[in-house]
Amino acid sequence: MIEVKNVSKKYGNKTVVEPVSVNVAKGKITSFIGPNGAGKSTLLSMMSRLITKDSGEVLIDGVELGKSKSSDLAKKISILKQSNHLNVRLSVRDLVAFGRFPYSQGRLNKEDWVFVDEAIRYMELDDMQDKFLDQLSGGQKQRAFIAMTLAQDTEYILLDEPLNNLDMKHSVQIMKVLRRLVDELGKTIVIVIHDINFASCYSDHIVALKNGRIVKEGPTDAMIDTNVLREVYDMDIPVQTIGDHKICVYFA
Amino acid sequence: MTLKWKFSLLAAAAAACALLFILWNVIGSWDYVVPRRSLKIAAIILTGGAIAFSTVVFQTLTNNRILTPSIIGLDSLYMLIQTGIIFLYGSASINMLNKNINFIFSAVCMILFAGLLYRLLFRREGQNIYFLLLVGIILGTFFGSVTTFMQVLLDPNEFAIVQDRMFASFNNVNTDLLVLSLIVVALVSLYSLRYTKYLDVLSLGREHAVNLGVNYDHVVKRLLMVVAVLISVATALVGPITFLGLLVANVAYQFFGTYRHSVLIPGSMLISIIALTGGQFIVERIFTFSTTLSVIINFVGGVYFIYLLLRENKS
Amino acid sequence: MKKRYLWLALIVLSVTSVFVGVKNITPLDLFSLTEDQQHILLVSRLPRLISIIIAGVSMSIIGLIMQQLTRNKFVSPTTAGTMDSARLGILVAMLLFTSASPLEKMLVAFVFALAGTFVFMRILDKVKYKDAIFIPLVGLMFGSIIGSVTTFFAYKHDLIQNISSWLQGDFSMVLKGRYEMLYISIPLVIIAYLYANRFTIAGMGEEFSTNLGLKYKQVVNIGLILVAAVTSVVLLTIGSIPFLGLIIPNIVTIYMGDNLKKVLPHTALLGAVFVLACDILGRVIIYPYEIPIGLTVGVIGSGIFVYLLMRRRAFA
Repeated sequence: MIEVKNVSKKYGNKTVVEPVSVNVAKGKITSFIGPNGAGKSTLLSMMSRLITKDSGEVLIDGVELGKSKSSDLAKKISILKQSNHLNVRLSVRDLVAFGRFPYSQGRLNKEDWVFVDEAIRYMELDDMQDKFLDQLSGGQKQRAFIAMTLAQDTEYILLDEPLNNLDMKHSVQIMKVLRRLVDELGKTIVIVIHDINFASCYSDHIVALKNGRIVKEGPTDAMIDTNVLREVYDMDIPVQTIGDHKICVYFA
Repeated sequence: MTLKWKFSLLAAAAAACALLFILWNVIGSWDYVVPRRSLKIAAIILTGGAIAFSTVVFQTLTNNRILTPSIIGLDSLYMLIQTGIIFLYGSASINMLNKNINFIFSAVCMILFAGLLYRLLFRREGQNIYFLLLVGIILGTFFGSVTTFMQVLLDPNEFAIVQDRMFASFNNVNTDLLVLSLIVVALVSLYSLRYTKYLDVLSLGREHAVNLGVNYDHVVKRLLMVVAVLISVATALVGPITFLGLLVANVAYQFFGTYRHSVLIPGSMLISIIALTGGQFIVERIFTFSTTLSVIINFVGGVYFIYLLLRENKS
Repeated sequence: MKKRYLWLALIVLSVTSVFVGVKNITPLDLFSLTEDQQHILLVSRLPRLISIIIAGVSMSIIGLIMQQLTRNKFVSPTTAGTMDSARLGILVAMLLFTSASPLEKMLVAFVFALAGTFVFMRILDKVKYKDAIFIPLVGLMFGSIIGSVTTFFAYKHDLIQNISSWLQGDFSMVLKGRYEMLYISIPLVIIAYLYANRFTIAGMGEEFSTNLGLKYKQVVNIGLILVAAVTSVVLLTIGSIPFLGLIIPNIVTIYMGDNLKKVLPHTALLGAVFVLACDILGRVIIYPYEIPIGLTVGVIGSGIFVYLLMRRRAFA
């Protein structure tokens, strides 16, 4: 379990995240939703030590983030941010192999390569594994980066807007993979996501943020609700049930 | 060409250049000429290697292939020190002043300067590394202004001495200094060994490196200090060769086409040695000292670099 | 800061500037000038004042233009290779046409400065990572590369000390008959003034400006030509004054915001006031000797620049 306790962040005089507390349950997909500038990405970055928090605690399985060695944390929790521009020219396979760094310190053994191959297969990158990243489309690139986090083989996976710049087909593909990771491999996934319908269809738990505060959190079913959404987005969003899914109709 | 072949080729070329330099047209006694030239070659290998190593590391830390570590103002500081000594104490002082003292004084000043700069700028969290560089460059310009001011006031004879120092030269390296530098460089390289395994990961950028468990700030600070020490020692030993590192690092990237530092670092060191020994050979035997090597290296490095910038634009 | 304070400062400093010098002239003497004093005023003191004001105004204004065009607060002739290219041009002129008149030298320097700035803009265009601090880094690097080419030729012809003394910013050499080329800057600055808004739009990018019906290429080219011309003229008559085009516009935007129409006159005034103040300081500090303006501005300017950078980081 990841426990966030009264964590806050300020840039200069501007408070981006007010002291917030939230728990992320094991074996679930938790989505962070909310309008632009709500502090979702900042919170995610603090949970994964990419940026330091000004106050509060983040406990991962009961241990404070700052008290564990960074190299040990890398075996427990991984984070993928949304912009992943690299200055080096890497093949897909090279990139995925980097995910094994926490275990191998750069000298990969047979077991490491097994993980790399599995990650590549899981993300269906077999036939392009020797291509260079700059030859890939946005969706393929995104899959390659996710494959790297898979190779890292951590219990917790944090993804910051993994669907950014992807078309419908690839978005669905990625979300399905995430679902499988949770259902088949028992991973715990936290994503920041803008499209609330993806959050509705694929996540177990939703945390809604606004102006650096948590407005409301709860199981997906309770959160996808016109009243809750009004509070979060200041919009009236009718919710309709289509098949098994609750769909928000926010276009009109 | 496989990796092995490329390495063998470079090593052979480096050895050939060195041998050519030592054995070419030995007139007079072997016992005198060969050791003297070998000393020069040793200085070249030491500085060439140190500069190549630190440039590759520096470019990885900054995630940028168009920067060279001396731009944080080390070269300008070196010139300021040399000009300042002559300006304040006259040209006689530079001959009186023990070469070894001058070397130690310059090296220590540069290392202290770099250390202070890092200290100042890493106090705040999440400091942008480019910010550090820019402040360094500005301080460099500041040193440059003061240096120019003093240079203009020097009489032409004294200026000739300063001008000598403006350009790297392997001609007046003595054994004491060489041994001292060798020890420092060896110790620092040994120290940096435990951080070199992080270099590949660091080239992915800060966020990926942290995610993969690298203690980013800690490692980057240590490596930056290593770079500063190496460059300071190399500069104090022979003088500034600003664009050598830029030249050889980029040639190495192109020649090897890999991101692996276990290949890039030794590769760029070999290229650096080839460039310096080959260059020195040409300067001494063909131009017969009418120009200095570092001026040529800077010129070639500069032109190559502009070519790189413009070429990358097309793609 | 109100504009009238700046005017006041300008007037006070101008008067001071005229009466500071080895030859003692007091304001009272104005009514009973000896021939000698009259001569000094007309040949040395007034030309000096005029050239300081022109140089201060024009360098600050073109700095502002460059910043508008590149949308980057830290770009200026010093940080974009313009200055170094012009310097290379002057060297080339000295080597190829030994008997070149100042005007011819200026033309060669202009061509080089223009080419250098163009190359820098090309590089900028394609740089993927547009960090505000990274861009001037590229420019400075580019500048020092051009500098290495200059050194190569200067070394071969034993001109290094010559060139550095010649190009160090210095007003003490300004005498009647030797500075008039600076007047070329005046019409250039006026054009810059008239075009200012268009530079801002062009800075938003090609598509943005085309959408607003602006001939993007033309405006950018005019901007670069102005920058190159002013830089070469000032470099040739006064020498290099580092950071001037960088710090003045930045200080002004700190207290005035970004509205170009308002910012322009302040930038011009503050530029003149700053250079005047530095010049007077350089003249009194080791009186009766002088510290050249290049050094004074270099020292004070780098201090201010570092401060500006720190400040920007604090607010980022």
